[in-house]
Amino acid sequence: MTAFLSAPNPGGLYTDPFWHWVIVVVGMLLVLFALLTASAYTVWFERVALGRMQRRPGPNRVGPFGLMQLAADGVKLAFKESFAPRGVDSILYVLAPGIMVVAALLSWAVIPVGIWYGFSYWIANLNIGILLILAVSSMNAYAILLGGWSSNNKYSLLGGLRAAAQLISYEMALGLSLVPIFMIVGSLRLQNISTYLVHAGPVGLPLIVVAPVSFLIYIISAVAETNRTPFDLPEAEQELIGGYLTEYSGLKFVAFYLGEYINMITVATLATLIFLAGWQGPFLPPIFWFFIKVVAFLFMYIWLRTTFPRLRYDMLMRLGWKFLLPLALANVVVTAVVVVAVT
Amino acid sequence: MAAKRQNIFQDVAALAVGLRTTLAEAFRPITTVSYPEEKSPRSQRYRGRHYLRRYENGLERCIGCELCSAACPVGCILVIAAENTEEHRVSPGERYAKVYEINMLRCIFCGYCEEACPVQAIVLGPEYELSDVSREKFIYTKDMLLEPDPRSGQQEPVRVGLR
Repeated sequence: MTAFLSAPNPGGLYTDPFWHWVIVVVGMLLVLFALLTASAYTVWFERVALGRMQRRPGPNRVGPFGLMQLAADGVKLAFKESFAPRGVDSILYVLAPGIMVVAALLSWAVIPVGIWYGFSYWIANLNIGILLILAVSSMNAYAILLGGWSSNNKYSLLGGLRAAAQLISYEMALGLSLVPIFMIVGSLRLQNISTYLVHAGPVGLPLIVVAPVSFLIYIISAVAETNRTPFDLPEAEQELIGGYLTEYSGLKFVAFYLGEYINMITVATLATLIFLAGWQGPFLPPIFWFFIKVVAFLFMYIWLRTTFPRLRYDMLMRLGWKFLLPLALANVVVTAVVVVAVT
Repeated sequence: MAAKRQNIFQDVAALAVGLRTTLAEAFRPITTVSYPEEKSPRSQRYRGRHYLRRYENGLERCIGCELCSAACPVGCILVIAAENTEEHRVSPGERYAKVYEINMLRCIFCGYCEEACPVQAIVLGPEYELSDVSREKFIYTKDMLLEPDPRSGQQEPVRVGLR
């Protein structure tokens, strides 16, 4: 197995013209299955963690420790009546959740997952990996905007517009926060970035040590990109009933909901691959380190949700444009100067 | 307690205090009472399901005076009295309650019937788990409300609020 899947020169079965495609398709199905299960259990983890931080148990009746709660919720939502309100643009109404799911899942084509010593797995080894992820995650703006507009509802439209403005504001800070990383590592290929270690003497350190400001900007922008509290004005229940989600129910709602959680997992995975040295760690096998780091990130997301009140819309835009963007630009300039000075 | 916001470090410190508070709360015990396994404690005078009491010698206390029915703010008690005869004596007094029904769906468990009763016949006990499957079953008749004869040795249902 190791022979055909390790990088950068996979030999053996992987290069055979027929088996290559069989392996790729099987890999895609595996990743799809793993990701859907992971996002369902991320929702479980969020409900339990939110509950505990509010001194209550979270779901604990359906299955042991409430683990089957999401299966029950999924079945319930799947059996709901699939309707479209009067006056919706029927193509876009159905397409918007589809775009959300596609955009969420497409990023996983280039993400490498370290599984065992010397053996890591990915679907495509792209030399511009991160650029693809940034580009594909911009499609979320389409999903939300089209969903809000096609719902034929004032509040959905407002929610969709706010969401689109929020997403495009924080996209630039997100991309710029990763530019110092590209400068330090010298490559956009995720396989290279995730195995890169900053060497300070004999010890290899993760990239967060040399790019802490990048990490901070990345966290804030990523939370804004995935529409999570404190930046979840687009789906604020108190202000906008449900924002762009108001008119969706049943499986289309599941698509939006799971798309949001898959985006969260993607962001958490990228943060571990880029800033926290991916799956490398002292004693445990790589898959455990990878899992632990991603779960720590997801916990941070949930922790932020429990603690902070929502940002008002003008505060949100002010933070994105007047604080994060100049900070990210300054970060790029300083890192560039330091990199040139050191080499 | 005005929050001082002179510089950005204090703002960030305020954010950190918030995060620390929620994380500390995560390690404190949960306050939820997991219902069927644990139940909330009830006081001595808790007003639950009604009981019709008897005297020690087995005679029923209820004398069919219908004061409970008059006192009930909702009107959920139905009492039809009948005369005690020497052969068939149910209560120590002239009358007894031949029909005694309480509509538990209307009852608001206020305890006015218990306060109005002159012989402490109707009392409200601690039992509150009264779910059932049809509306007809919620009309509790006298045999459902009457507690067992103390001379028969049957286990008495738990009662509180004795006077």
